[in-house]
Amino acid sequence: MGAIFRPHVSEDKRSDRSARDRQRHRQKIRDSIRDNIADIIAEESIIGRDRDKIIKVPIRSIKEYRFIYGENSPGVAQGDGESQPGDIVQKGDPGQPDASGEAGNAPGVDAIETDVTLEELIDIMFEDLELPDLQQKRLKEIESLRTMKRKGYQKEGIRPRLDKRRTALNRIKRKISAAKSRPDFDDEKDRFPFHRDDMRYHRVVTDTDLQSNAVVMCIMDTSGSMGTVKKYLARSFYFLLYQFVRLKYQQVELVFIAHHTEAKEVSENDFFHKVESGGTYISSGYLKALEIVQARYHPSLWNIYAFHCSDGDNFYSDNERALAAAKELCDVCNLFGYGEIKPSGSAYYSGSMLEVFSAIDHPNFSSIVIEKKEDLWDGFRSFMMKDSVTRSSVMSDKKGDGQQAAAGAKP
Amino acid sequence: MLTVNELEDWDKRILELVERFQLKCYPQEFEVCDHFEMIGYMAYSGMPSRYPHWSFGKSYEKQKTLYDYGVGGLPYEMVINSDPCLAYLMRDNTDLLHILTIAHVYGHNDFFANNFNFTSGIEAKYVLEMFKNHAARVRTYMEDPSIGQEAVEDVLDAAHALSLQRSRNNAIRSLTRAQQEAALLEAAQPREDEFSELHERPQYEQPNLSKLPLHPEQNILEFLAKYSPALTEWQRDLLHIVDRESKYFIPQIETKIMNEGWASYWHFKIMNELELPQQYHLEFLVRHNQVLRPTPGGLNPYHLGFIIWNDIERRWNEGDTGREWTSDIPREDISALDENDTPGRKKMFEVRETDRDAAFLRRFLTEDLMRQVDLFQHEKRGKERVVTKVADEQSWKDIKETLVQNVGMGSIPVILIDDADFGSKRTLYVRHEHDGRDLQLEYAERSIKHIQQLWGRETVLETVVNGRASLLRLVGDALKVERM
Repeated sequence: MGAIFRPHVSEDKRSDRSARDRQRHRQKIRDSIRDNIADIIAEESIIGRDRDKIIKVPIRSIKEYRFIYGENSPGVAQGDGESQPGDIVQKGDPGQPDASGEAGNAPGVDAIETDVTLEELIDIMFEDLELPDLQQKRLKEIESLRTMKRKGYQKEGIRPRLDKRRTALNRIKRKISAAKSRPDFDDEKDRFPFHRDDMRYHRVVTDTDLQSNAVVMCIMDTSGSMGTVKKYLARSFYFLLYQFVRLKYQQVELVFIAHHTEAKEVSENDFFHKVESGGTYISSGYLKALEIVQARYHPSLWNIYAFHCSDGDNFYSDNERALAAAKELCDVCNLFGYGEIKPSGSAYYSGSMLEVFSAIDHPNFSSIVIEKKEDLWDGFRSFMMKDSVTRSSVMSDKKGDGQQAAAGAKP
Repeated sequence: MLTVNELEDWDKRILELVERFQLKCYPQEFEVCDHFEMIGYMAYSGMPSRYPHWSFGKSYEKQKTLYDYGVGGLPYEMVINSDPCLAYLMRDNTDLLHILTIAHVYGHNDFFANNFNFTSGIEAKYVLEMFKNHAARVRTYMEDPSIGQEAVEDVLDAAHALSLQRSRNNAIRSLTRAQQEAALLEAAQPREDEFSELHERPQYEQPNLSKLPLHPEQNILEFLAKYSPALTEWQRDLLHIVDRESKYFIPQIETKIMNEGWASYWHFKIMNELELPQQYHLEFLVRHNQVLRPTPGGLNPYHLGFIIWNDIERRWNEGDTGREWTSDIPREDISALDENDTPGRKKMFEVRETDRDAAFLRRFLTEDLMRQVDLFQHEKRGKERVVTKVADEQSWKDIKETLVQNVGMGSIPVILIDDADFGSKRTLYVRHEHDGRDLQLEYAERSIKHIQQLWGRETVLETVVNGRASLLRLVGDALKVERM
């Protein structure tokens, strides 16, 4: 008896059997990345703006462990005919060459790295934040689009919106029922005109699109005391902030304010790369921010996120003014944060603004200390958690406050 | 590609040869699939139906990535040990490859149907049913709201880690507890003694029947399913499921070289007898040599198996059988014999029934063959793996020994449960049978965790680390190595 041959069944007639298991596997990879997110964030390679960039992420938890032999077990392989003792076996570790049996039954080297795009990674990052869903309504929105859209029908309307087909249908319906109740009705001879009740018009509604805008204000101390390491840490933080805000709002703008004793708005490149010298007036940066807010980003239309990175080395005489300006910023911003960057090694002989700012009791203000890369994530986390807390309590009536504050700031 | 009718014609011609060569196959079924399905079948070990688990998804992604990047090709064939035997033909293959695959598959089919590893302990008729049934059971547990996917996965993850820690020989039936007890009692009886009147009456020693297990236990999953106090019914069932499937796959691990060699021997034989048209024949030679080419730095089971089978046939036909050849077998004039009756062929059929890779290599891998294949031994030296021995007069036996030790299930450490009540604290005492090869400690740690998870109490592992007997235990979350 010959064999049975079953022809190929085309793709659309069968299901993708492995879909579920693949999805589950990806889920596990995501979980694993999330568990190690702090390490990954600390890696320099992700700081950069290109969202499509692929990042190699080490994965630990999805190896399939079983008892296997260690490195001291000898292996046997075949050579090219001229093997000599002492030759280095080129190919990795053919330790168990024969066990490459079916079904991955043999222990193999598990893939230790996986590729994710920055986009995915950012998603995972914010999943990890476990922020309560920022509901759209809490965000400040503006009506940006007005379009007319047909939606349903109505009996009254203007001529151009008459739906002729529906109207004609209604007439026919009426005619049939009339014919039943009037036995003398002659379809051919009797006129049966349109009636007002037959008319159907398109209902037209205006459709508004809500748009949410946000601006991220990056304020950085570029005085001489801010070295490369400090700038790098600051940059990483801004990166996280920007990515986060981008995720939640439709339109996000970036403002870079560099300050030493004076503040000015600069380009992104200058912001991170230009080194200034001289002393520090923190207040100058804040005042500049307020000025820009007034001029371009009215708090009733924009969600404002401001963050200031400094090493805390402020001129003593400026502290008072800085505090006042910071409070004012808190009034107009969704979130205002101050990050003091103190890379480990830089001693504490330098000043700190943390104490000064502890006088701010606005719930949407937070200050964090960043000593090393690993602190970035926790710092950012605590900053963002503030966002979700304040949102429910304060932000609901913030809109009014913000307008007042902005109005009050007007000359 | 060839139409079903054409395939059937080729199959008919091949089957005639299969019968002439006296291969005894299960009925054969082929399914035509595309490369996506092939990747899918590979991920699920060819089974049309298997329980859901993320590791299959992982395997799929891996295969797919390799395939997409052109690193790993797909196999020409995939054959399932079942009755009827199920095999897949990949649609995109050339016509000749289909014919070659059909011939090759009959080789596997015959091997499945006759080799003792496959014929003992596995009901080939019910294989597909078994996998389907397991899948249904696992799905039921996952869908049960009181259990759920994650809980099922936890158990499956642990079970997978231990699945190969079971008896390696399906032909050896394990004794039940009652049989073990009976055997112990019997062994404790005083021997019959012709001179009992002269001898002092031997002291009767009551064997300890309360011990668990009575003998060191190799079937870890089975043991845990039976005796673990920490498991519920569905968890025990999951362990049984994984253990049963593992039992099914072990013969394939154990006979990789023999099986592939056997199938290659037969496809070569059959294809040469088929009187292929010219263009097919050339392609056949190319493909055959691609499949059977030696892979320096690795070991191609097709190649090694093929040359050993051919060597067996040659030696027995020529009477050059080394130790196994005895002079009382008269040298026959084999030219008069039918091919099937030649001593070489007879020996091959005998071996295909009775051996597994370890025995096959030990008995038939000769010094000459080793030199021909240029086998060498490599070991870790510093960061590199370095050739330490080549197949010369002094070392070829060592290399062979290493190869035999590493082949098939030999690459899996033997772990035995010695005591389920160690220190009278219900600690599970497991022991690694050390044969010179140390365990990989990170993997050992995780595996111990898995046992502990299933046992529900502390688990310690006796092994040798860097030449010193050691006891591994988990303290908190970390592995502690105690010298013994």
